Amino acid sequence: MALVLAPDPPLPTWLSALDAQIARAPTFFDGRPVLVDLGALPSTTADVAGFLRSLEERGIRIIGTEGGHPSWAGVEAWGRPFPSAGKPGRPVEMPDEIAARAAALPEAPKPAPGGDATSLVIDQPIRSGQSVVFERGDVTVLGSIASGAEVMAGGSIHIYGALRGRAVAGLAGNGKARIFCRKLQAELIAIDGVYQTADDMPAALIGRSVQAWLEGEQMQMTALD
Amino acid sequence: MAKVLVVTSGKGGVGKTTSTAALGAALAQNGANVVVVDFDVGLRNLDLVMGAERRVVYDLINVVQGDAKLAQALIRDKRIDNLSLLPASQTRDKDALTSEGVERVVNELKEKFDWVICDSPAGIEKGAMLAMRHADVAVVVTNPEVSSVRDSDRIIGMLDSKTAKAEKGERIEKHLLLTRYDPGRAARGEMLNVEDVLEILSIPLLGIIPESEEVLRASNLGSPVTLASPAGTAAKAYFDAARRLGGEKIDVVVPMERKGFLGRLFSRRVA
Repeated sequence: MALVLAPDPPLPTWLSALDAQIARAPTFFDGRPVLVDLGALPSTTADVAGFLRSLEERGIRIIGTEGGHPSWAGVEAWGRPFPSAGKPGRPVEMPDEIAARAAALPEAPKPAPGGDATSLVIDQPIRSGQSVVFERGDVTVLGSIASGAEVMAGGSIHIYGALRGRAVAGLAGNGKARIFCRKLQAELIAIDGVYQTADDMPAALIGRSVQAWLEGEQMQMTALD
Repeated sequence: MAKVLVVTSGKGGVGKTTSTAALGAALAQNGANVVVVDFDVGLRNLDLVMGAERRVVYDLINVVQGDAKLAQALIRDKRIDNLSLLPASQTRDKDALTSEGVERVVNELKEKFDWVICDSPAGIEKGAMLAMRHADVAVVVTNPEVSSVRDSDRIIGMLDSKTAKAEKGERIEKHLLLTRYDPGRAARGEMLNVEDVLEILSIPLLGIIPESEEVLRASNLGSPVTLASPAGTAAKAYFDAARRLGGEKIDVVVPMERKGFLGRLFSRRVA
């Protein structure tokens, strides 16, 4: 899934906000394709090409732009938008949203600092408003994920309680990741950018023990019991 | 050893102030030395529910800022000697509370009383955070409806991370008080039932307070329901809850719709 960056003027201010975000989550853009939406910039903006270069200097992999003004030099060469016909290319998170949330919610359980374990076990429920982000691997939760809470993992997510909030697995492009839960009442689940909201989930699986995985670009779900 | 108890919920209008007054009075009626503290600076109500609104001279803000001594601000209840009120200020806002000031006042109250009961304002901002900050025990007041349950869940998360105890790595004791429970509507499936709420919030149940005319009437009379109509079902539920806070083990009875003799004979119980 492509992440969409939508810079707004003035650009230096936006860039410093971006730098602050990168400082907080240094691996956030690693390996992620990024689409830049230039629609919010006035047509008089100077040196947009230089701005895009400065994004690339920050390690951001730009796969295309959209909303560019035709009068800008070189705009045709900046690439077409990411083909969104395949899987829903909706960005799950804008970086500034994550930053805002991280600032607002320092109470979420955090992985042990300094450890480089590739799995995280949480032995308490994830309460509404809490967000657990673990990019290095799998997350196992022994309690429930409340409505309005979310767990995001680089690998798979195992929930030995009810999933009532959001579970986002395969964060850094891991299409092999899976989501397991004892009771499916999720608001949203996503694997490697393919997502389903509660409305899309098969009604027969709601309330049951379920696993979800990707087959190509399709999310599959089946009951475990 | 004095205990600091916060009555909190996240959502407004679920019955925090009513429950603070009723639990405070019930604990005092059982013989404990109790103070109820209104943290809802700017929207104070506890003085009204306690029937002390004409006796407020100094308030929590005056004490926090050092303009008055604690003893000057405390209002002793006219009906029960061992029940006092520390009112909030109506003319200020939550920004007038300081973390150090609140800690000093709470510590001073702990020396004088067995129970310090803090009535939290709604929301998750400064006032609510300071009200829960020094608590040993939390009573999470919840109505059996989805919005209230989700807000309570949010507050429980904060109790586990933002309180002084949590920051020291200790666990704060949390109890669920289910209020405004309407047996008729629950039976018709128009409200969440007790099991659903307990499963979602997964904290122990302190009591179930039925929706009742008595509670409303008591609030308007300026008297905690345990004093105004001590024989009623709501008062009885609060008395039981107060005894459970004191460590007694009493079964929680789920209020049932009165359907005559048979209905009364078979009441369901939740452990």
